[in-house]
Amino acid sequence: MLDLTINTDVARQILTGFIKSELTRVGFSRAVIGLSGGIDSALSFVLAVEALGAENVLAVRLPYKSSSADSLEHAQMLIDRYKVPSETIEITDMVEPLLRYDPEMNKKRKGNIMARERMVVLYDRSEAFRGLVIGTSNKTELLLGYSTLWGDMASAVNPLGDLYKTQVRQLSRAMEIPAAIVDKPPSGDLWIGQTDEGELGFTYEEADKLLFLLVDQRYSPQECIEEGFDKGFVEAVLDRTRRSQFKRMLPPIAKLSNRTIGYDFLYLRDWGT
Amino acid sequence: MKMNLALAQIAPKLGDVEANCEKHLDYIKRARKEKADLIVFPELSLTGYVVQDLVASVAHRPREDDPIFKYILEASQNLDIVVGFVDEDFRHRFYIASAYLSGGHVLHVHHKVYLPTYGLFDEGRFFAWGDAIRSFDTRFGRAGLLICEDFWHASPPYLLWLDGADIMLFSSASPGRGLTDREKLESARWVERVSKAYASMFTSFVVHCNRVGYEDGLNFWGGATVNDPNGELIAQGPYFEEALTMAQLDLNQLRRTRARLPLLRDERTHLTMAELQRILQK
Repeated sequence: MLDLTINTDVARQILTGFIKSELTRVGFSRAVIGLSGGIDSALSFVLAVEALGAENVLAVRLPYKSSSADSLEHAQMLIDRYKVPSETIEITDMVEPLLRYDPEMNKKRKGNIMARERMVVLYDRSEAFRGLVIGTSNKTELLLGYSTLWGDMASAVNPLGDLYKTQVRQLSRAMEIPAAIVDKPPSGDLWIGQTDEGELGFTYEEADKLLFLLVDQRYSPQECIEEGFDKGFVEAVLDRTRRSQFKRMLPPIAKLSNRTIGYDFLYLRDWGT
Repeated sequence: MKMNLALAQIAPKLGDVEANCEKHLDYIKRARKEKADLIVFPELSLTGYVVQDLVASVAHRPREDDPIFKYILEASQNLDIVVGFVDEDFRHRFYIASAYLSGGHVLHVHHKVYLPTYGLFDEGRFFAWGDAIRSFDTRFGRAGLLICEDFWHASPPYLLWLDGADIMLFSSASPGRGLTDREKLESARWVERVSKAYASMFTSFVVHCNRVGYEDGLNFWGGATVNDPNGELIAQGPYFEEALTMAQLDLNQLRRTRARLPLLRDERTHLTMAELQRILQK
């Protein structure tokens, strides 16, 4: 029951087909992607290159002054390997004035500002390059709400949102993403020494197994505890998931008329394509 | 008697009936070149699948005076055609429908009787439920049409069988889901398993044509199949790609299989009926 292994050939075929279909049907042939040096953006990037061709994928490195040298280097490894067009745009000068505005600002607010500034730059490059922004949020972080709304969550299409972190790792290995990227501890790199698992208080491997039972297999919380998961852990994950539901949907519109966007004005985005 | 069958697993444009009609005519032309006697298109092949509030604007009536069907009926002068569409009745109820066209005429229209309205599906919100399961005569023998969820239930294929269908024509717009470590998606495995089971249990031909392409995040897996009265797979289309897959059905196989395995002869319909009445009276 608790096997998250996926057939990577099938995943690769569906996800590259998805990127190609969803871009070309709305008149685009190019993509823009922010390469952080981490595994998620690496995988989205490699899928986009396979779907669209290297010349059609713009890789953008968006370091802040405290970003680790490893992050930049790992992003460059991918740029060099796939020979894609690339840009490096440091966000320090863009975010510093806002950080200075409030000297009391905590790490979380600073991290959100950086994530959103990167979004601003990516969407500008999107217009300039005539390419759509490819998302990099995986299922684990979306369910845990471990991401910045309108920041790293912002994208035109997201190929990774139905893959748990451990499945991202499996597919990344199958697509021959360098081990230095796949095996390093996941980090938002928003401040020195930050790691996802340190901040969350549990590992992705544990969280993935629990979420797989709760979400995919429809286990009740009690059944998860009976399967051997710690009660406190189950409650913490459920609480994070419930509290972050707002991040997984557009803001609700207050209904007044007989036909309201979001309730009874129902069309897919691919309407007419 | 042999029948050349063409399975057209296409990716329709969502809500663009005219573009889809052109694609149908193109596939029909290709099938003609391959000497096809019958071409089968997927569920909602003229409209796309997740039509939602587009339902009323993509509906058509399978009649000569319809601006879309006039072309497809004309094309059916040359080979028989099964096409998927949104049917609108005279009291403006909308159905997920399949029509069997032959010689410029509509031989049969099936309205989907099981509308999945759970999980990722929301058909019951937008469509009326069909209320008939009927076989009909074609130049290749008696046939029956079912649409996707219809054959996830055992009773519609069973009824078609009892009503004389020897060729079951299934069409789908089946979203791919259930990625595991296996080489096929769970949804594909399920449909392939039941198609083979119906062919085996009913000693009949079971044809399945599923669409491909994407609608927002949904993928459709294709993989059209034909199983013969022995339950043997005799043709299969590729997964995820548009394709025209040809299969030759040796209709004499029905006789050979049923001489060996007289499941149809021995089927105790009255016993089934008596037990159903008892169960319903509970």
